[in-house]
Amino acid sequence: MSLLDEKQRNAVLRTLNELRRAAPAKPGEQYGAPGNGTSMGLSLGTVVVVFVLWYLATNGGWIKPLFLPSPQAVWAQIVDVSRDGFADASLWTHIGWSALRVFGAFALAVVTAIPVGILMGVNRVARGVFDPLVEFYRPLPPLAYLPLVVIWMGIGEGSKILLIYLAMFAPLALSARAGVKSVAIEQIHAAYSMGASRGQVLRQVIMPAALPEILTGMRIAIGFGWTTLVAAEMVAATAGLGFMVLTASKFMATDVVIMGILVIGALALLFDLGMRWLERKLVPWKGRG
Amino acid sequence: MPLSLKIHDVSVLYPGQQKGQPVRALSGVNLDIAAGDFVVALGASGCGKTTLLNLMAGFIQPSSGVITLGDYHGQVPERIDGAELRDQVTGPGAERGVVFQKHALLPWLNVLDNVAFGLKLRGIPKAEREERALHFLQLTGLAEFRDHATYQLSGGMQQRVGIARALTNDPKMLLLDEPLGALDALTRERLQELILEIWQRTQKMMFFITHDVEEALFMATRLIIMSPRPGRITHEFAVDFGQRFLKCRDARAVKSSPDFIALREQILSIIHGDEEAA
Repeated sequence: MSLLDEKQRNAVLRTLNELRRAAPAKPGEQYGAPGNGTSMGLSLGTVVVVFVLWYLATNGGWIKPLFLPSPQAVWAQIVDVSRDGFADASLWTHIGWSALRVFGAFALAVVTAIPVGILMGVNRVARGVFDPLVEFYRPLPPLAYLPLVVIWMGIGEGSKILLIYLAMFAPLALSARAGVKSVAIEQIHAAYSMGASRGQVLRQVIMPAALPEILTGMRIAIGFGWTTLVAAEMVAATAGLGFMVLTASKFMATDVVIMGILVIGALALLFDLGMRWLERKLVPWKGRG
Repeated sequence: MPLSLKIHDVSVLYPGQQKGQPVRALSGVNLDIAAGDFVVALGASGCGKTTLLNLMAGFIQPSSGVITLGDYHGQVPERIDGAELRDQVTGPGAERGVVFQKHALLPWLNVLDNVAFGLKLRGIPKAEREERALHFLQLTGLAEFRDHATYQLSGGMQQRVGIARALTNDPKMLLLDEPLGALDALTRERLQELILEIWQRTQKMMFFITHDVEEALFMATRLIIMSPRPGRITHEFAVDFGQRFLKCRDARAVKSSPDFIALREQILSIIHGDEEAA
C-alpha cells in the first residue's frame, strides 16, 4: 500500500532525476559550467528583503531599538551626524581621518610589499629570507600585536598606520609573489631568445604577467585594511570611523554604530568598484592569456 | 666563412625522480647545421627531440659535449677544461629565434607590438620597428589584424604571429618546436609552404621538430630520425621534396610522387619499430 499512485510516483522520480543533472544550457552558456546564469536580480532581491525585514522588525516593535534601531533612525543619524558631528568631530572629519589612515597605509604597503613580493618570486635569497618572516606574522590577528606596536610607536598616527600597514603587507607581498610564479616559462624563454636581458625580462615580461594577481592582492589587502581600522582606532584616537563606532557603543547609541558600519561598507564598496574598473582597463587579458 | 651550428658528442642526463637512476635523455649526439640547411627531426615520443632543440636554444646545458655557433671549422676540441670555447652556446640569444609549440605570445601587447617586441628589446625606434614588424605581418597574412589582441585570434593565427615575431628579429637560425602540431590540415599546409618560402628567400639555418612524417619529408633538406632510450640520432636522409615544391608550386604532386611515398613508408616502418621496441 503506497501513499502515492503510479503517476505521482513517476512525477516525483522524474523531478529527482532532473535534480541529479545540470540544467539544460541556453545558447551562450556552457552545459554543466558551475553557477551558470545571472545572479544580479537575486542579489537586488536579497537587499530588498533584508531592508523590508529590518523595517518590519523595528517598526513592528519585534526588536527593541537598543538592539536594532529602525532604518529611519539610522538615516536620521546620518543626516544629524553629517550636520552636527558626533564625539566632537563631524562625519566628514571621521571619514577623512579613517581614509587617511587606510589609504596612507595602503600606499605605503603598495610601494613596499609589491617589490618585496616580486623579489621573493624572482630571487632565491630574497624568498629564503622573507618567507619565514611573512609566513609567521601573516596569520596573527592584528589585535594580538597591537600592544607591541603601541609600545614601539606610541599612541600617535604612526602606530595606527603601522598596524593597518602590517595587515596589508602580507596579502600584497604574497599576491605579487604568486603573480611572478604564474608567468608561463615559454614567455620568458621567448624573450630571452629574442636577446632580452634579465632586467628586460623582469620589466617587460614578468611584471606585466604578474599584474592581474597583484591587482587581486590589492583588493584583498584594502579589505584587510578596513578590517583592522577599528582595532587601530582603539588606540587614543580622537576622530575616525572606527573611533566613532567604539564611542557610540560605549553610549549604547546603536543607531550610530550601524551608521558607522554602513559608511565603512559603502567606502569599501566604492573602492572595490574602482579597483574592478581598473582591472578591466589594465588587464583585459586576465584569464585569457 | 658562413655560420654553422655544431653539436659535438652531446649527452644530457636528467636527475632521476625520487632517488631513481638518472634518465639519459640524449646520448652521444653529433650534428652540424650549416647555412641553407633545413634540418627536420622526427621520432617517437621521448626520443629527445625537444631536449635537442632546448640545447640549441641554450635553455639547457649539455651534461657532456659542446655546442658552438660560429665560423668554427674543423674538429671541436675534445676537452673543454671547464673554460668556455669561442662561439660556445651557453644561453639563449637573439641569433637563434624560437617558435614554440604553444605560441607564447604576450597577451598585454597587441599583435603588432608582439611582433616588434624583439626590436623593442634592442632599442630600435618605434617607427622603424613597426615598419619592420608590419612587413612580416604582411608576409604571414596578418597585416589587417595588427591592432587586435592576441587572445582574439584563432590558434592558427596566433602561431603565425609567433613565426612573424621570430622572423622580425632576423635570427641566423630558426628553431621550431612542432610549430604546426595543433593546427587544422589546411592551415598547416599553407604554413608549411610559407615557412619553405621564407627559408628559400633568407637561407636561414632551420631546425624543425615534428611528429608528422609527411610534414618532415616535405620540409627537410636533411631529415634526422631519433630513437628513444637513450635519445639519439639513428638515421639521416638527404631529401629535396621541399625544393621540388618551390620549383613546381604543386604540393599535392610532390606529396603523391612515388619516391615520396616509398620514403614515407620506409621511415614509418623505422618509427613503428622504435615504438614496438618500447
